[in-house]
Amino acid sequence: MKFSEQKIQKVKEIIARFPEGKHKSALIPVLHIAQEENGGWLSVEAMDHVAELLQIKPIEVYEVATFYSMYNLKPVGKFLFEVCQTGPCMLNGSDQIIDHIKQKLGIKAGETTGDGMFTLKTVECLGACGYAPMMQMGKFYKEHLTIDKVDKIIAECRSNAERNN
Amino acid sequence: MGKKILLEKEHIEGIRYFDTYRKNGGYAAADKAFKMSAADVVEEVKKSGLRGRGGAGFPTGMKWSFLAKPEGVPRYLVCNADESEPGTFKDRYLMEFLPHLLIEGLLISSYALGSERTYIYIRGEYAWIEDILDEAIAEANRAGYLGQNILGSGFNCQIYVQRGAGAYICGEETALLESLEGKRGNPRIKPPFPAIKGLWDCPTVVNNVETLAAVVPIILMGGEAYSKIGLGKSTGTKLISACGNINKQGVYEIDMTISVEEFIYSDEYCGGIPNGKKLKACIPGGSSVPILPANLTLKTAKGEARMMTYESLADGGFPTGSMMGSGGFIVLDEDQCVVRHTLSLARFYRHESCGQCSPCREGTGWMEKILHNIEYGKGEMKDIDLLWDIQSKIEGNTICPLGDAAAWPVAAAIRHFRDEFEWHVLNPEEALKRNFGLAHYADPIEVAVG
Repeated sequence: MKFSEQKIQKVKEIIARFPEGKHKSALIPVLHIAQEENGGWLSVEAMDHVAELLQIKPIEVYEVATFYSMYNLKPVGKFLFEVCQTGPCMLNGSDQIIDHIKQKLGIKAGETTGDGMFTLKTVECLGACGYAPMMQMGKFYKEHLTIDKVDKIIAECRSNAERNN
Repeated sequence: MGKKILLEKEHIEGIRYFDTYRKNGGYAAADKAFKMSAADVVEEVKKSGLRGRGGAGFPTGMKWSFLAKPEGVPRYLVCNADESEPGTFKDRYLMEFLPHLLIEGLLISSYALGSERTYIYIRGEYAWIEDILDEAIAEANRAGYLGQNILGSGFNCQIYVQRGAGAYICGEETALLESLEGKRGNPRIKPPFPAIKGLWDCPTVVNNVETLAAVVPIILMGGEAYSKIGLGKSTGTKLISACGNINKQGVYEIDMTISVEEFIYSDEYCGGIPNGKKLKACIPGGSSVPILPANLTLKTAKGEARMMTYESLADGGFPTGSMMGSGGFIVLDEDQCVVRHTLSLARFYRHESCGQCSPCREGTGWMEKILHNIEYGKGEMKDIDLLWDIQSKIEGNTICPLGDAAAWPVAAAIRHFRDEFEWHVLNPEEALKRNFGLAHYADPIEVAVG
């Protein structure tokens, strides 16, 4: 995996936000870009490329990539459901939502469906407690989830995938 | 009707954009501040009595006055937008709907502190809000409110948004600074405090989103006028994000003069509990603060009405009180199981412990396992004492307050709901069926002080 010229330009912009010599500060945003470019997860190759771009040691990248929960260190499905299970979501029925997704997709938390379409991840509080239960899907939040709403989201994902094939 | 000064303009269409914000009085505080000296701006904030809105409630003016100003060394202002405390979603609301209020607050505060590079560290999951803030910053640059020689003052300032990548711990200010430097979010040992040695070892102030937004009305009305809103040392207004079992979840701005009872039951705020259910318990300030049973939620141990102020929420200390914290207000109705809820929080803290200090790294895992056993009918009576013992050994024995934050919810749950833990141990099969039959908790129970 290598960044396109356009992404390299973006990396330069990020580095310019920091004083000279403090380019390591760009690591977390650049890892977000690397994950996007690499199909939603960070391979060792992708992390090494980031190290090279920022002129830091690969270990400095690994130790950061393994610390933060948004970086996926193994491949994920086309659609990643990150369902919140913390207190306020639990009070509003997140357990039932998670059970329903597991049953509907036939996977456990942390697994990907056989067709590589969906990954289910249970996550901790995403700051949407007033709109519970909720999950993150890509860049956006899906809030006030119900069983029906989850079914619709899954159907939409499937038809989007078909359309793009 | 409470006084709104932060969210006053939230319903104006297009208030997210510079032109509309400006037309409705936006950046008037910045205009005013740039006619004052930086020291006078700090003085107004001191006079206002504003306290940090992130959770600790430390006086903002005092924090600002600690900032070291060595010659030739840059100073930094960092906005803590890593809102991650379960129950808290107020900063998100502010940034999403009133981004220019934050940018204006940041500009004034940067001027007061002499920060030419100011960073907003926002939690990784708020990806779409990063775009909203970037757009607002670009607009402010075009209008001459950011950039070089702002309003002819000779002051230069740029604001940058840095998005994290999923770590509750980065809400702790020194962990946030580590993360902003491109490292793991391991909190630093204090002292030195960030005011002396912060970002890249330079003097730094870290303030919460709501705190910085509040600087705008403080400059507009003057610190003294601001200090007259509220009760006692709880000056100004506070955003409360209300969630859990209530009719109207959402973000409310309160002037700190109303009672908890009014907040929960009045239609202006939470609108009561759905389906006519009774109040069982409340966590008034984000998941870390002690849970209170219904009677202690509504009244202090002295029998006075519990008010939505820093002082009243903390009245009685931990034995019978709680904390304002971040304003994440979580309500539990009579059907909720405190053991299960505590387990959910314990899992959260185990997941979020950075692993630096053994009491927190190991203790949070043990607490989760023991709670799991009790909840799933495999607990023994001695486990409840063991749980108490573990939490007491985490508290105060870690570098950062995450250890305390993990210990307090467990301690308070056992303190106030011990018989519910015992019931789980005595009735494992019933517990598994989730047939709690504990509605009596909604009624006032005797307060065990101490």
